[in-house]
Amino acid sequence: MTPRDPSARAVAASAASAASAASAASAASAGAPGTGPARVGLAGPADPSGTSGALLAAVELRKRFGATPALDGASLRVDAGEIVALMGPSGSGKSTLLHCLAGIIGPDAGEVHYGTRRLSAMSEAGRSALRRGEFGFVFQFGQLVPELTCAENVALPLRLGGVGRRAARERARAQLARLGVDDVAGKRPGEVSGGQGQRVAVARALVTEPRVIFADEPTGALDSLNGEEVMRLLTQAAREAATAVVLVTHDARVAAYSDREVVVRDGRTRSLAG
Amino acid sequence: MPCIVLRMSIGHTLLGLLEAGPRHGYDLKRSYDERFGHDRPLHYGQVYATLSRLLKNGLVEVDGVTPGDGPDRKRYAITEAGVTDVEHWLTQPERPDLYLHSGLYTKLVVALLTGRSATDVLDRQRAEHLTAMRTLTRRKTGGDLADQLVCDHALFHLEADLRFLELTAARLDALRNAIRSPQAEEARP
Ligand SMILES: Nc1ncnc2c1ncn2[C@@H]1O[C@H](COP(=O)(O)OP(=O)(O)O)[C@@H](O)[C@H]1O
Ligand SMILES: [Mg+2]
Repeated sequence: MTPRDPSARAVAASAASAASAASAASAASAGAPGTGPARVGLAGPADPSGTSGALLAAVELRKRFGATPALDGASLRVDAGEIVALMGPSGSGKSTLLHCLAGIIGPDAGEVHYGTRRLSAMSEAGRSALRRGEFGFVFQFGQLVPELTCAENVALPLRLGGVGRRAARERARAQLARLGVDDVAGKRPGEVSGGQGQRVAVARALVTEPRVIFADEPTGALDSLNGEEVMRLLTQAAREAATAVVLVTHDARVAAYSDREVVVRDGRTRSLAG
Repeated sequence: MPCIVLRMSIGHTLLGLLEAGPRHGYDLKRSYDERFGHDRPLHYGQVYATLSRLLKNGLVEVDGVTPGDGPDRKRYAITEAGVTDVEHWLTQPERPDLYLHSGLYTKLVVALLTGRSATDVLDRQRAEHLTAMRTLTRRKTGGDLADQLVCDHALFHLEADLRFLELTAARLDALRNAIRSPQAEEARP
């Protein structure tokens, strides 16, 4: 954790909660195989908040942590396949917004729409299933399970989703190869470099072919060259699969891999439409 | 070509200064030099040439003539069209290049002096920079090593500019207070 980023704590906590939520959901769905989340349609009924047709939309989100206001009327629209960068100073609410969008935490007010569904209207198990089936996550670090090999880490979300051991392993290997890190497949996360570890994390986020990848400072712990390489691979793979990406970064050169930037300041979003 | 750019920018800057109230040419020159002319003060000739061009284009009007002789007898006031012109100029981001800072600084000061949103000026500039950076990044990812080096060089420079913009955004209140000089108040009719 860099002392520069006070949100590292929240990210680590949410990574843990995402992981435990994912396993809880897998336990829940184990009794009802084949009832995975339905893929959302893109067209919705016309609505006044302008979220119609969006893959993901946050409307006027507010969130406080005790006396600290983290979000103060933040809105965001992400279309299918779009890569959106959330930029802004440390502590401005970027991670909180990302966590709300992904249904990891609930806002105090406002609503998050995923296609035609409202996240607040879903059960916790439903949101977990969504995170496991349709979302992928990449954090700054600390997201890989240290006891598992890199290949097992990438196969994990597939196994949790009910894919057989052999098929999961093959898909994991193929995804690692696509990101140029098949040589670390048998190693544990503690035995690989930071850049390799992040590529494994990207492979794990991509392997389930999600509709949205949430990436919170994915290059924050890497040097320039490794950071660029991770961004190039992540955005190239996302574009090929038409996967949307919500990317949190304070680094403009990282944000330049996106289609569009949104600035978060004091918990409010400000679009920079040129 | 650079001369034209320079003159255009002097015109807008003088207009911005005139928004505070009518002034004589001499007064405008002093005000300009104080705020923007540290290493390159205006010549009187430049001031009067610029003012007569602004007059011809209907962006300023003569507000009063003091008896006597010499070129400085006229007092100039900004017109509606002049205000619109300043407004439009402020909405145009500067081309992202190495000469950004003086142009951007001028826009910020004029925005602050005239009670317009300096944050908007900064945000538009940021958007312009980010757009340039996206274009370079796309070119880089599709290019060979030479392309990558050329693009990376430009990207690092733009990134440095962006950091400057971020810092300036955080210092806007201080800048607003610093530029509130008694002279600007004096000029009010
Ligand atoms: N779990 C939490 N508990 C208490 N305060 C939090 C928590 N998460 C975030 N915050 C606070 O909310 C504000 C926004 O944080 P965050 O969304 O992490 O900002 P960013 O990601 O832009 O750095 C900060 O003041 C932060 O300290
Ligand atoms: Mg953060």
